[in-house]
Amino acid sequence: MDRARTAKQDRELETGSTRASFVLPAYLRVAWEVYRKDVRTELRTKEIFSAMSIFSLLVVMVFVFALPGKLKEAGDVAPGLLWIAFTFAGVLGLNRSFINEKDRGSLEGLLLVPTDRSAIFYGKALGNFTFIIIVELLLAPIFSLLFNFSVLRLELLPVLLLGTIGFAEIGTLFAAMAVNTRAREVLLPVLFFPIMLPVIIAASQSTAAILANRPFEEINSALGLMIFFDLIFLVVPALLFELVLEE
Amino acid sequence: MSKTEQFNNSPVSEAALPQAENKPVMLRAQGITKSFGHFTVLKGVNLSLTLGERVILLGPNGAGKSTLMRILAMLARPSAGTLEIAGIPLSEARASIRSLIGIISHLTYLYEDLTARENLHFYGKLYGLSGELLDQRVAEMLVKVGLERRADQRVRYYSRGMQQRLSLARAILHQPPVLLLDEPDTGLDRHAAEMLAQIITEPDSQGQPRTVLMTTHNLERGLALSNRVVVLSSGRIVRETAANNLAADDVQSWYYDAIRR
Repeated sequence: MDRARTAKQDRELETGSTRASFVLPAYLRVAWEVYRKDVRTELRTKEIFSAMSIFSLLVVMVFVFALPGKLKEAGDVAPGLLWIAFTFAGVLGLNRSFINEKDRGSLEGLLLVPTDRSAIFYGKALGNFTFIIIVELLLAPIFSLLFNFSVLRLELLPVLLLGTIGFAEIGTLFAAMAVNTRAREVLLPVLFFPIMLPVIIAASQSTAAILANRPFEEINSALGLMIFFDLIFLVVPALLFELVLEE
Repeated sequence: MSKTEQFNNSPVSEAALPQAENKPVMLRAQGITKSFGHFTVLKGVNLSLTLGERVILLGPNGAGKSTLMRILAMLARPSAGTLEIAGIPLSEARASIRSLIGIISHLTYLYEDLTARENLHFYGKLYGLSGELLDQRVAEMLVKVGLERRADQRVRYYSRGMQQRLSLARAILHQPPVLLLDEPDTGLDRHAAEMLAQIITEPDSQGQPRTVLMTTHNLERGLALSNRVVVLSSGRIVRETAANNLAADDVQSWYYDAIRR
């Protein structure tokens, strides 16, 4: 038995994975490597990004045809429509982030990682955040042209960031929950939207207030709500993710 | 009395097992039970492997071999039972003891849009390797599995056998003392199967013999590589014996007799 323990200690020295000195860097390294791998794979395949961009443009086209000749006057509803487009497109990306791993058989490879598996969550969530924010930054100017409002406003940045962080965190957690179920592509929106709704409402209201040039203080409570959700879903996966992915 | 008959009278022939010689136990599963709803796949499986032991796990389809392998690899949680790797109980260090295991399964765990080298670098980094050590280890592994010339080609363009060889390199990249191989010879040609046999039987970089648990449907190859044979049937270990007690020609009847009981 002693020899066996020594073998493990030898390995720890070699890999630098002793509990006292290496847990945090190892954890962050795993999250970072998962993120880098997702970005690298996406840069090669463009699978998630192209699906999200095309779908979001189609959603915009639906709005254009649904509101013929009234786009310029639809300023009041534009922020809501903008976040609906972000949300629908984002769900597509969230779904693919774990389904791709599962279908190609690499998800179990990730689960073998010798650190807490929640590191996988943070890497995946950061990847989803990156993909979604890029699509948002492309889509916002198109909305801006169609609905006659300017998105080049610094005040919109915290709303966009807080809303998207919450979206990526909550969505990544529920995508991981759904991936082992039979009706996973249907289940994700069903689980995700009710939890995400307060963030979407807060983001839409904040965007509307900023576009209407109302004072920034008016959106303090909405921003607070988004920060609350972002923090909750930053912590919850660290406690739950191991159980979420294990059979 | 034939060798087959020797084992027909006792469900688990402890007397015929190789002597442990006070070697450390590298893998100990006790009372492993796994249920999916009302269906129990594994029913109190006890299995121990000492340092350097190579055990072949046989059983018909649905016997629970893959489920047992997934539990031992910590990819699934048992409904009941305890597991120790290298003397460390799972309950004490669930995450860190995963580094003591290398696994090959039906799935290759590879990313088809990354190259072979990128795949190995990715997994190496997850296991805490970095810098020159990682580069050196990756280069070594690629040579070992004969993929060095196609190391920078995306895995998408690899044949099934090449993917399986790369999967073998992935499994031993971090030099785990325990290898769990679930039908590792799937898709391998004769040359690659010899490569696999060499990797299984050679000592690791620290000169320690590898401890291996392997499932296979190729009885002849499995017997040649192992020093103990365990038969799992209907979620229970129904028989085990030293591999050298079984000649290739009577293992078939021994096996079928075991699973019929």
